[in-house]
Amino acid sequence: MTADNNLLIDVRQLSVGYRSGGQTLLAVQRLSLSMAQGETVAIVGESGSGKSTLANAILGLLPDHAQISAGQLWVGGNDLSHASERQKRLQRGRTVGLVPQDPMVSLNPTLRTGQQIAEALILAKGKRYPGVDADIVELLQQVGIDKPVLRARQYPHELSGGMRQRVLIAIALAGNPRLIIADEPTSALDVTVQRKILDHLQRLVSERGISLLIITHDLGVAIDRADRILVMKQGEVVEQGPPRQILANPRHDYTRALIAAAPAFARRQEPLARSDATHAPILRLHNVGKTFSLPKVKGEDPTFVALQDLSLQVYPGQTLAIVGESGSGKSTALRIALGLEKPTRGQVWFEQQDVTTLSWREFRPLRQRLQLVQQNPFAALDPRFTVFDSIVEPLVSFGRLKGAALEHAARELIGRVHLPVSFLDRLPRELSGGQCQRVAIARALALKPDLLLLDEPVSALDVSVQAHILDLLEELQREMGIAYVLVSHDLSVVANFAHEVLVLRNGKVVEQGTVEQIFNRPGSDYTRELIAAIPGSVAASAA
Amino acid sequence: MTTIDRRLAPTTLAPPLWRRRSRLQRAASAVLPLLRRPGFSLALLVVLFALVAAVSPSLLSSFDPYATAPAAKLSAPSLGHWFGTDELGRDLYTRVVYGASLSVLAAFLAVGIALVGGLGLGILSGFAGGRIDAVLMRFIDVLLALPGLLLALAIVTAIGFGTVPVAIAVGVGIIPGFARTTRAEVLRVKTLPYVEAARLGGASWRRTLLRHILPNAWGPVAVLATLDFGAAILATAGLSFLGFGAAPPAAEWGTLIANGRHFLITAPWVSLLPGLFLVAVVFSLNHIARTFEEIQR
Repeated sequence: MTADNNLLIDVRQLSVGYRSGGQTLLAVQRLSLSMAQGETVAIVGESGSGKSTLANAILGLLPDHAQISAGQLWVGGNDLSHASERQKRLQRGRTVGLVPQDPMVSLNPTLRTGQQIAEALILAKGKRYPGVDADIVELLQQVGIDKPVLRARQYPHELSGGMRQRVLIAIALAGNPRLIIADEPTSALDVTVQRKILDHLQRLVSERGISLLIITHDLGVAIDRADRILVMKQGEVVEQGPPRQILANPRHDYTRALIAAAPAFARRQEPLARSDATHAPILRLHNVGKTFSLPKVKGEDPTFVALQDLSLQVYPGQTLAIVGESGSGKSTALRIALGLEKPTRGQVWFEQQDVTTLSWREFRPLRQRLQLVQQNPFAALDPRFTVFDSIVEPLVSFGRLKGAALEHAARELIGRVHLPVSFLDRLPRELSGGQCQRVAIARALALKPDLLLLDEPVSALDVSVQAHILDLLEELQREMGIAYVLVSHDLSVVANFAHEVLVLRNGKVVEQGTVEQIFNRPGSDYTRELIAAIPGSVAASAA
Repeated sequence: MTTIDRRLAPTTLAPPLWRRRSRLQRAASAVLPLLRRPGFSLALLVVLFALVAAVSPSLLSSFDPYATAPAAKLSAPSLGHWFGTDELGRDLYTRVVYGASLSVLAAFLAVGIALVGGLGLGILSGFAGGRIDAVLMRFIDVLLALPGLLLALAIVTAIGFGTVPVAIAVGVGIIPGFARTTRAEVLRVKTLPYVEAARLGGASWRRTLLRHILPNAWGPVAVLATLDFGAAILATAGLSFLGFGAAPPAAEWGTLIANGRHFLITAPWVSLLPGLFLVAVVFSLNHIARTFEEIQR
């Protein structure tokens, strides 16, 4: 049996299973995939669909308890399904390179970036050769890092997330591989950075004739970038084809659901009407500014301006979205509104009351009307509390309910967020990310607040789960008339959800207006850049 | 994830037959699998034996620990006298069993003092921060700089001999470790999002501390307590061996070992068997502590 030599990757009827407790759980089932040199293929699926298992199998990095139970796996002319560790090592770096998922944890914090690239170079080219330093600088230049000589001498913590991701790309390129696997390469980054890095990666790959395998949960990213798309669900390929065909006439229900979930392809609803000014705003920030003092370093400004002259109003039953990149001051604005930080300048009004200088004790009664949903749903729940304990915690804290009434309230709240009642006994570690976020929302709803502050409520979740959570939030707003302040780095999340949008950059308001204004007649270059960065927007505007 | 969400959505309409699961049920489901590990079960048996011996020694031995029998002095271990007899003909096994009460009491007292003091100091300094933290931690540094046994010796000399003073001395000696561990955990847990969420949900500082921070910071401290329980038994026995602990007729593990050292060549069991028993108890406690540490990860 020989493989077709023109194909770089030829996976035939591959099944991979995980053994646990005497049972084998198939993560990949009878999957076939072939890639020619120079092709870009995207695998799309949710967490748990087996796409990372497939990538690990191609890299020969399956964990010990995983087993290839059937099929063949030809990579660069070698069958890896029964290869020894030694053979697999020869492939890694030289034939297949990996750009890992999370740039924050994927670099060794105790080695300079240059050393880490050198490691990959030396592995690929044999001994420490004289040109290694020049090669490092050249690689860093190629991946678009300015001042490469300086960067090579810095440690990972001195670089931003985007730069770290570029260093990881340089490491993947070092062995001059024929295929690069990008495993959710940018999901940890801001949208604008995400776009720049993907553009760059794609250009490098096409210049060198390298194949690219993108693994993502975001159909938008896949459609913008790939020549061919595979949609995976529970270990099986449900559909494959060129992006245009997938987008225009998806054959499988699951693909249709994914397209509906991708914000860029969702049909824009009628822009939500803004309420007339007769209502008094429920929350009002007036010329709020925040300055942090930094530890004194010679020759540097001892203060950091996080927020400047921010004014905003939130009306009852309406949604205000604050959009900006990390470091734009959007979280600071939220914390000031919550009374967790005191503003340096300006006032915060809650209805008719100036809450700027209230102490914690004075603010406490207001907490019943003002609640927060946090960013990371896994960290937002006490790991020792059952879902029941978490949900009713605010009710107990305020001493509102006891005993049977408490259990009744818990049943009602968990129904509101569409989780089964039996979940009340579970612990957070037994829930998925989307379910955790539902519990966190139920907890925030317990006190029946009038205003909910949402701090990136969906950024840690898969695209399809994002859509469900946003639907839920919208439904709750319709039924209970809650006002939202939604903080996000992603304009696409905001598009169908908010009444009004405020774009922040470096602590300053860049633009403010209704959703319709912002999306159709953006007044600043920055807003235009943000809109262009929405994955899938290229295809969506072409279609 | 989504698929699960969707599949489960209709079941919300099912009749709510849900009842809260009790704490006991949850604890049982966590502990039962541990008992299947042979090492853990054995360690637990040894510790339970020591605890039973401490509470009601008469259940485990029918002899009188103080009854002398000069005719049968220094007899080797046999079916009648499992651990042999000492220089006055007293049954050694019985004395080890009866000695448990003093040793275990002293260890409980020592760990109790260390827990209360260490947790208090750790929580105070982790929670208050700033100057209070700095002052407390420097004080802890000083305590850490002194060797534990030396500190205990100094305290015993100052407050007098006997089991209780020895326990106090050992307890004070292991406070710094508890304070440090607690402070580190409190600092870690304090900044987690769910603590902030609880505060925003209107929980008072006391409630946040007792319901959120302490239970989540408690794990490593509990492991340390189990571990130090063994160390405390060893330290009290060590001080008794040196003659600071229980007065002679009373049975105490350290005193028993000390007694036998004059007959080490002719009758090695007098020192050796109580010593081995002590080692078994301390090892078992260490093993239990390690198992707890493993399952926390």
